[in-house]
Amino acid sequence: MTPVEAAQRKFERVNEIIEEHGREQSALIPILQEVQAEYRYLPEEILTYIATAMGLSVATVFGVATFYAQFSLSPKGKYVVRVCDGTACHVRHSMRVYEAIRSKLNLRDGRFTTPDMMFTVETVACLGACGVAPAMVINDEVYGKMTPEAACAIIDTLLNRDGEN
Amino acid sequence: MMIGSRDELKAHAERFRREMAAEKKRVLVCTGPGCLANGAEKILQEFQRHAVNAVGATRTGCHGFCEVGPLVRIEPDDVVYVHVKPEDVAEIVETTLVRGEVVERLVYRDADTGAAYPKESEIPFYASQTKVALSNCGAINPDDIGEYIARDGYQALARAALDLSPDEVVQEVLASGLRGRGGGGFPTGRKWMFARQAKGEQKYVVCNADEGDPGAFMDRCIMEGDPHSVLEGLAIAARAIGADRGYIYVRAEYPIAVARMKNAARQARTRGLLGANILGSDFSFDVTIKEGAGAFVCGEETALLASIEGKRGMPRPRPPFPANEGLFGKPTIINNVETLATVPQILRRGAAWFRTIGTETSPGTKTFAVTGQVANTGLVEVPMGTTLRDVVFGIGGGVIGGKKFKAAQIGGPSGGCLPEQLLDTPLDYDSLKKAGAMVGSGGLVILDEGTCMVEVARFFMHFTQTESCGKCVPCREGTKRMLQILEKIVAGRATLDDLDILEQIAWVVKESSLCALGKTAPNPVLTTLKYFRDEYRAHIVDKKCLAGVCSAFKSYVIHPELCKGCGKCRKACPSEAIAGEIRHPHMIDAAKCAKCGACAEACAFGAISLE
Ligand SMILES: Cc1cc2nc3c(=O)[nH]c(=O)nc-3n(C[C@H](O)[C@H](O)[C@H](O)COP(=O)(O)O)c2cc1C
Repeated sequence: MTPVEAAQRKFERVNEIIEEHGREQSALIPILQEVQAEYRYLPEEILTYIATAMGLSVATVFGVATFYAQFSLSPKGKYVVRVCDGTACHVRHSMRVYEAIRSKLNLRDGRFTTPDMMFTVETVACLGACGVAPAMVINDEVYGKMTPEAACAIIDTLLNRDGEN
Repeated sequence: MMIGSRDELKAHAERFRREMAAEKKRVLVCTGPGCLANGAEKILQEFQRHAVNAVGATRTGCHGFCEVGPLVRIEPDDVVYVHVKPEDVAEIVETTLVRGEVVERLVYRDADTGAAYPKESEIPFYASQTKVALSNCGAINPDDIGEYIARDGYQALARAALDLSPDEVVQEVLASGLRGRGGGGFPTGRKWMFARQAKGEQKYVVCNADEGDPGAFMDRCIMEGDPHSVLEGLAIAARAIGADRGYIYVRAEYPIAVARMKNAARQARTRGLLGANILGSDFSFDVTIKEGAGAFVCGEETALLASIEGKRGMPRPRPPFPANEGLFGKPTIINNVETLATVPQILRRGAAWFRTIGTETSPGTKTFAVTGQVANTGLVEVPMGTTLRDVVFGIGGGVIGGKKFKAAQIGGPSGGCLPEQLLDTPLDYDSLKKAGAMVGSGGLVILDEGTCMVEVARFFMHFTQTESCGKCVPCREGTKRMLQILEKIVAGRATLDDLDILEQIAWVVKESSLCALGKTAPNPVLTTLKYFRDEYRAHIVDKKCLAGVCSAFKSYVIHPELCKGCGKCRKACPSEAIAGEIRHPHMIDAAKCAKCGACAEACAFGAISLE
């Protein structure tokens, strides 16, 4: 596939998503959500493309994409690890879990994604799993009653699983 | 199969009840957020694999007692098993389902008295609750509209659409005294009346399911456990104000709730309980489920409407109120999930019944998410006016691990911290407001003596500062400055002047912010200043954290008797703060130490600790 063909392919899927939702501005957030599900992030050229296709200004689309925490303008890892730091988890020491994972994966300073694009580690305000605080979610799987050791063991399992494939 | 009239609804209810009764026993596996994280799905599969004649195994929403999950209840015996594992299923099937006996080792036991409670209704955690909004949660399969109909579901909508005029619906809700469960406590009937009177062909109803308060999960559990009650409540609201279109705005972090609500709407549509001429009346209504995109401020009603319109979710000044100018500029009402889930019961059982529960000015019940350092974490529903003490020490079982109670944080980032001397405060809108807190969404986080209240205030300020949308100056700048000062205090670098400035800014932000996010952001600071000022002073004047939490007042030390002098810590230290000769105990230079903890992690002999 030439780069031009690849680019066309990319926009084809975006076109389908836009067709499905329509071009009203109220469709913008669902469109961005679906595009992000497809690409795991929102590439800038696609945001510009969506703006043109929907007849919105590029500023409007970027404004929305940067306002909501769910949207990411940079690629995320294969596993998105989100440690809950809601109140219930916080008072049951969620930050120790978070720090342990970061240090295990060697994430320092402003880095949240490992260089091999395997893991992105973030905090989230509340998962609503306060009953099993502290909680952590990896992609869609929720883990409860976390300790630094248990969390690191889960990361190890994922590392091993991917090592085998 | 369509349900086109009240008679057909009744016939369906009868048929579903017969079908459910044909199952001699029903196994209800809790798949609420807590139990799910502990493997409930696997347990359900095991039950289905071991299927026995005339036994139905079904998933349900949250049973509430998250602390002892995964939970399994067996009906009609009302037997509850706690901490169930997939390996236990075969024994439960053999003993309880086949022979009708109780598996003693899986029964809940009181931690203090050791007493065993095989039946749910007898467990102290449940015995003092009154379930209204949660009455179906944990009792029905949320993915089956039939089970909802069997429990008189959609009868209230039938009454609203067939027996009452829209004004009479408003009157009934007004008479019940129901107040919004989403935080503000505004009388629901009044809100509906304004929207009813507003002029306009097109009107909208919106369900606020954004549940952003960290520490609250009741709306999630209602949607996951009893989605039809929310749909029915929303449809009744639409009937009352004359809307034919509704939106349910669900938080993106709740994918299961989104799926359940979508499935429920699909089923209701198939049965004709959503769509044109519902139950043969002149009332037509349908809903769209919208997913949020992760912004706390979108829980604020005007921001939520902007978000549905596809814009940045920023609040706008009111008036005009949404009841007059809301979604796409049309008259709109916005109600919380729990508010709407309560509405069908009011219409079915009457306003007078509702008023028999709760207090004069706050009738009905409220659900609270009891979490933190409490023995019985879970979701509880009690009459308004129940005291904080009853919830924390009665239902909640007191502080975990025999520690002392310090405070209850109620109402999330917009709420406050109530100390021990306020334990007898009744939990209702007016009493809590007087104490400087608020019911909020009903998050109730219990803090024990090991909690630093200044750190808690910093935690909440960090949350609101991050979530401030930046539109108005007091909130955007004020939360930032307050956070800076709180960070200075916990770092041991603040002066008493900082404390004065903190308090001043808090009042300015409270009084001049555009929306309630800013107006309530200072509450955690103000209540901790009011009830725990000595802790602030200790950080500033004595350079001490009374709870021993804040690391600024601690330092890493190497215990010479344990240190082998291997030099690992010296190499691990990014600040070159460690010195020592090989095979001789090392030392940390406190002036250079950044307290990162790398040394303690590197030490293989456990010779380094934070003291
Ligand atoms: C920052 C902020 C966040 C809010 N979050 C929610 C929420 O998550 N859920 C909710 O029902 N109400 C929330 N509210 C309150 C809503 O603005 C609104 O008052 C409520 O949805 C009205 O419904 P009710 O009258 O049924 O309570 C929030 C308000 C503010 C200021």
